Amino acid sequence: MAEKVVSGAETLKRRQKADVKELLMKIIFIIAAVAFIAAVAVICIFIFAQAYPAIREIGLFQFLFGTHWWPTIDEPQFGIAPMIVGSCYVTAGALVIGVPIGLLTAAFMAFYCPKGIYKVMKPATNILAGIPSIVYGYFGLRVIVPMIADIGGGSGKSILAASVVLGIMILPTIISVSENALRAVPKNYFEGAVALGATKERAIFRTMFPAAKSGVMTSVILGLGRVIGETMAVVMICGNSAVFPDSIFDGVRTMTANIVLELGYAEGLHRSALIATAAVLFVFILIITLLVSLIRKKAK
Amino acid sequence: MAERVKIARACGTETGEETDISQIVPINRQSWKDKLRAYTNKPFSMAAMLLVMIAAAITVGVVLWILVYTLLKGIPNLRWSMFEWKWTSSNFSVIPALFNTLIIAGLSLLMAVPVGVFAAIFMVEYAKSTNVFVKIVRMAAETLSGIPSIVYGIFGRIFFVDFLGMGYSLMAGSLTMAIMMLPLIMRTTEEALLAVPDSFREGSFALGAGKLRTIFVILLPAAMSGIISGIILGLGRVMGETAALIYTAGAPVNASSIAGLGQPGCTLTVYLYTMMTEGMHVGEAWATAVVLIVLVVLINGAAEFVGNKLKKEYN
Repeated sequence: MAEKVVSGAETLKRRQKADVKELLMKIIFIIAAVAFIAAVAVICIFIFAQAYPAIREIGLFQFLFGTHWWPTIDEPQFGIAPMIVGSCYVTAGALVIGVPIGLLTAAFMAFYCPKGIYKVMKPATNILAGIPSIVYGYFGLRVIVPMIADIGGGSGKSILAASVVLGIMILPTIISVSENALRAVPKNYFEGAVALGATKERAIFRTMFPAAKSGVMTSVILGLGRVIGETMAVVMICGNSAVFPDSIFDGVRTMTANIVLELGYAEGLHRSALIATAAVLFVFILIITLLVSLIRKKAK
Repeated sequence: MAERVKIARACGTETGEETDISQIVPINRQSWKDKLRAYTNKPFSMAAMLLVMIAAAITVGVVLWILVYTLLKGIPNLRWSMFEWKWTSSNFSVIPALFNTLIIAGLSLLMAVPVGVFAAIFMVEYAKSTNVFVKIVRMAAETLSGIPSIVYGIFGRIFFVDFLGMGYSLMAGSLTMAIMMLPLIMRTTEEALLAVPDSFREGSFALGAGKLRTIFVILLPAAMSGIISGIILGLGRVMGETAALIYTAGAPVNASSIAGLGQPGCTLTVYLYTMMTEGMHVGEAWATAVVLIVLVVLINGAAEFVGNKLKKEYN
């Protein structure tokens, strides 16, 4: 077999060609990464630019703290305070229900669960994460809302109904993130605690949970973000009246519900006010994202 | 057991006498009674243990409750006519909406996968993690994954539907979903690439391959199952998404047939939403919910199956 002789010059040329290709692809990879920044920038610019007319006309203070949302009367008023309060109530309620159950279940899955049960439970929580929010909404509307109507009277579409459904929705997030955090704590922390005479529970709740603090906090904040941004499940079960609630059996309207209910027909200032609502929501989420990265940085 | 006997024998020969294995009592073994006594001595521990058990039971109960209730309500209402090619007001076919969903999923993946995978390649193979640019990209990805779907929806409405003049269309919906999926694709690809052992890279370089060839011929095929699981997860995301699609892909009340790219068309979830807000046809709505849940569970299961294969390959 005769080998093909390649001259040095030819090799160099080939290598140069390869270098050009390498450089070109590197640039393409960088462009792909830049696309992420561009996407965030475009979203920010368009939402804040379209929200600005409403903020300018209504006034930021009046918009955030105005207590009346009357978009379609002759002298419309756009105050989203009831919606912000509504979002906060629903979020708080969902966290009150979801966080304890989620964290305790995470402890179960990390420390108590026999392997056989784990094999069933892990997929089960994953299924919970996969169910579309619209199905949660429908389940809430047909099952939870009537139950609450029986207990508290009224229509049943209430803060409580939304809190229960959203509390269930954030379970998988809290369980999986916290469980991973608990499993990441070195085993000898647990063994050390038990060797010092602590019971299993004391070791878990006084040693393992504090050690996994940042992961547990992250799971709660991720759940918080999910609740604030949740739309389809909430809009069907929270009652959607834009007034301040008196009790947990009263209906509220969240910021997300406000957008999805009215964007279809809104025009002019009304539309801009809805986009401004989305901008407020966006700022909320930015703060949450920042919190998560701060916690992560501190943990390192 | 056999091992233990051997150890016992080994110990025995050292001390010069045979030990009867049955006489060795493990001191760390607690009987049921010991545990109960320990718990009655520590009431707080017992309470904590009971709370943990109750919480776990609630979680399992809730999963079963939702699944069983939906299936019980939905399956009796499933009929073959629901899977006819065209939607009419009598058969409530899910097929047009299902195909709209698949079209949007396909298109958005077609756009998001190259960008997400290339960005992941840059992040893992080219950039150093201390780079400021990398940090900004990572922040951007985190922000994108945190933005609520309704904000994506309103952005899609402003940008694609109005500003670019697409109108309510499958195209506008796909573009919105593509942006939404970017962080998911990037994260799964990054994880898959990081899971490929460095020896693959070193071997490839040692054989004279350039960086590009290493990436496309060695690393991407090795990371393929992770990337595919990300893609399947993205498909599941489109299946379950509603809020971002109502005001981009549109929600025509009579979705009689599959929409074209420039036409409005409702996906399965949006179709379900319109059915629910109308408040009639409760049975059909439950049946559609069952179809949706089954699809999503299958898709997520497939993603996990493929993803686990990756883990097995390198561990």
